[in-house]
Amino acid sequence: MKLEMGHINITDIKFASESKIEDGVLYVSEEAVKEIVLEDEKLKSVALDIAKPGESTRITPVKDVIEPRVKVEGRGGIFPGVISKVDTVGSGKTYALKGMAVITAGKIVGFQEGIIDMTGPGADYTPFSKLNNLVLVIEPAADIKQHDYEKAVRFAGFRVAAYIGELARELTADETFEYETYTIKEGMEKFPNLPRVAYVQMLQSQGLLHDTYVYGVDAKRTLSTILNPTEVMDGAIVSGNCVSACDKNTTYHHLNNPVIHDMFEQHGKTINFVCQIITNENVYLADKQRSSDWTAKMCKLLDLDGVIVSQEGFGNPDTDLIMNCKKIEAEGVKTVIITDEYAGRDGKSQSLADADPAADAVVTGGNANQVIILPKLDKVIGTMDYVTKIAGASDETLREDGSLEVELQVITGATNETGFNKLSAR
Amino acid sequence: MVKEVERAGIPVVHVCTVTPISMTVGANRIVPAIAIPHPLGNPALDPAEEKELRRAIVDKALVALTTEVEDQTIFE
Amino acid sequence: MSKIKVVHYINQFFANIGGEEKADYPAEIRAGEIVGPGLALAQAFGEEAEIVATIICGDSYFNENLEKAKADILAMVKEHNPDVFVAGPAFNAGRYGVACGTIADAVQEELGIPVVTAMYKENPGADMFKQKVYIVPTKNSAAGMRAAVKVLAPLTLKLAKGEKIGSSAEDGYMPNGVRVNFFEDERGSKRAVKMLLKKLAGKEFETEYAMPDFDRVEPNPAVKDITKAKIALVTSGGIVPAGNPDHIESSSASRYGEYDIAGVMDLTADTYETAHGGFDPVYCNEDSDRVLPVDVLRDMEKEGKIGELHHLFYSTTGNGTAVASSKAFAAEFSKKLLADGVDAVILTST
Repeated sequence: MKLEMGHINITDIKFASESKIEDGVLYVSEEAVKEIVLEDEKLKSVALDIAKPGESTRITPVKDVIEPRVKVEGRGGIFPGVISKVDTVGSGKTYALKGMAVITAGKIVGFQEGIIDMTGPGADYTPFSKLNNLVLVIEPAADIKQHDYEKAVRFAGFRVAAYIGELARELTADETFEYETYTIKEGMEKFPNLPRVAYVQMLQSQGLLHDTYVYGVDAKRTLSTILNPTEVMDGAIVSGNCVSACDKNTTYHHLNNPVIHDMFEQHGKTINFVCQIITNENVYLADKQRSSDWTAKMCKLLDLDGVIVSQEGFGNPDTDLIMNCKKIEAEGVKTVIITDEYAGRDGKSQSLADADPAADAVVTGGNANQVIILPKLDKVIGTMDYVTKIAGASDETLREDGSLEVELQVITGATNETGFNKLSAR
Repeated sequence: MVKEVERAGIPVVHVCTVTPISMTVGANRIVPAIAIPHPLGNPALDPAEEKELRRAIVDKALVALTTEVEDQTIFE
Repeated sequence: MSKIKVVHYINQFFANIGGEEKADYPAEIRAGEIVGPGLALAQAFGEEAEIVATIICGDSYFNENLEKAKADILAMVKEHNPDVFVAGPAFNAGRYGVACGTIADAVQEELGIPVVTAMYKENPGADMFKQKVYIVPTKNSAAGMRAAVKVLAPLTLKLAKGEKIGSSAEDGYMPNGVRVNFFEDERGSKRAVKMLLKKLAGKEFETEYAMPDFDRVEPNPAVKDITKAKIALVTSGGIVPAGNPDHIESSSASRYGEYDIAGVMDLTADTYETAHGGFDPVYCNEDSDRVLPVDVLRDMEKEGKIGELHHLFYSTTGNGTAVASSKAFAAEFSKKLLADGVDAVILTST
């Protein structure tokens, strides 16, 4: 399957009477966007704001971060089964608006929404401080249930991202990249001497604010399965979770999955990048066993030599991670696993809840419990009301001088386990 | 926490869903639970059935507490 | 600016006094002298630091006269009042490595002077002391002297200046169980691809996190007569009275709660909830008995199946809470459980 990806570089976002993209600047009609958000009567109101790199701005509570894209040529549309109709995506031509994101924020649904600082020490720990962000601060209608609120905001974010992406349809890309994977037979014939490698992506699937959707299907209802890696570039996998802001995979992470990119870089040179395998992280032990059995079974069936396994979340999913690792290694397929750590504020506690000697090749996104002081910033997009309640914060978070004492846990994307960042630990 | 209670000299049983973690970390008496968000419940059942289910798990926990063990044991 | 003062400790072999036959050489200080590997260190220090004294001690003497050797050497070090104390490198010499670790630890503890040593990772001194003092890993013989000094010297200077020590990968010491964050040059996915390529090719690679070993505790004897037993409930599922009066955190809990359920027969949606942010709380908030089975235990109490349900339960949030914290909580409330005559505990987790 081959996908041509065009990058449209966005250098600024401005509000204007008409939405368009011109010379790298995104002009947004607030009215048009509000209409799109408030299509859903479960949402009462929305306020739009723009946050640019270097500004003394804090965005919180952050739910999802989404990169606007548009399918220019070929089958299907962005976010199949969610915004676009169900159709197999990942081929043809797609444009991505680089240098920007749509962020959904507002009153919390649960305890694990995050903070993005556009400047200061906090900005070093999130990739989103480097983007021009269009923030949607959404307010739910009174009396709606948590599940409904979460869903409404999730879809609103995708609708807006699709709308913005659509503005790029007629443009010419600033840069173009090609990604191609082959069928089993094609790949073997083309690269007979290269190690056969796949990317095993674990998806958080544990309920409210802990879910992920694949072509619109709730991942907790799936059996481990195979994808062409280019499918996720068109939004085949979207986020419905905040497993702790630091290691949640935002939709932005899914669209820009770095394991996929770095594997493509080596594809045809040092490896044959065969496919992507997705597997879930459910709350029942039998499901964990079934999913990991299935993943290992597929690794063997595909005659893989090695895989990179990325986790999402921590705690009980550490068991899914170790099960996947152990079982895949037992099939004679070598693994490298990417995780993050909860080693306590002093770094002395054991980083993972589960362990096995088979997991001898680990890449870490860092210790999420590390404490950081986030200085008071001039502007807050959203509300500081929940800042002591989100995971990684505490009663002691708000200090007298207005700064926040928090763990990296609260920063969206800080210890991401797809290996998005350079943060590590030893 | 389970190991600290054990260390203090009090027999303890760990009721949990992800028994492999309990095994790895080293609990001695383990009873498997239903699911992470509701280890001793099942919202799909009607309240009377659910309570029976809960009782069955607690019964197993009591069995675990009254059984001598030498090694880590999962009481299925 | 005055130079940094360093005191260096070596054994009889590296002091050129002799081999095994001289291992009983008593501790000796040579003020103002640089001996053996000290020369390489001094060169690496350049103008920044100087070795003001070298202490030499036979490996057997040290290990067989531990208290006296320690006391004598500590006095010697104290006299020179250095900014930092360096021992070794000991490479694979076992007694030497243990001596280096022991004396470095003592200087740190008793004199409050920063210390560092170096040895091969399999030297028994390494496992014994790497959690207490910084140990630079070396090759397994003195052929690794140059490479060792290259890492040891800068770390020594950093310690002397009181600079913040980074992760083990950045500053070159043996991972000591304390995880420290730092920024690599490349993103994690790239590091993973590189690691996989090495692993596939059968080449050596270094994991960024080594799997831990977990200690075991002997199981306590079973309860003899459960119908007379006082059972207590403990949970990591974060069950708290409605409104979370003690503000137990949704993750990384810094505290636990002790709650009185005297007269409470059943947990309801109005009276109890969960503070735990790591799982879908809806089912638990509807009926917290699904995590803390108070209703069933009360029934059993009435029926005489158990002696009594203890009127206090202990609760914290297991979500991302450091092991050391939960260990400390449990150690504390276990004392109370014992004092309250509790015979057994049912601990529930989500």
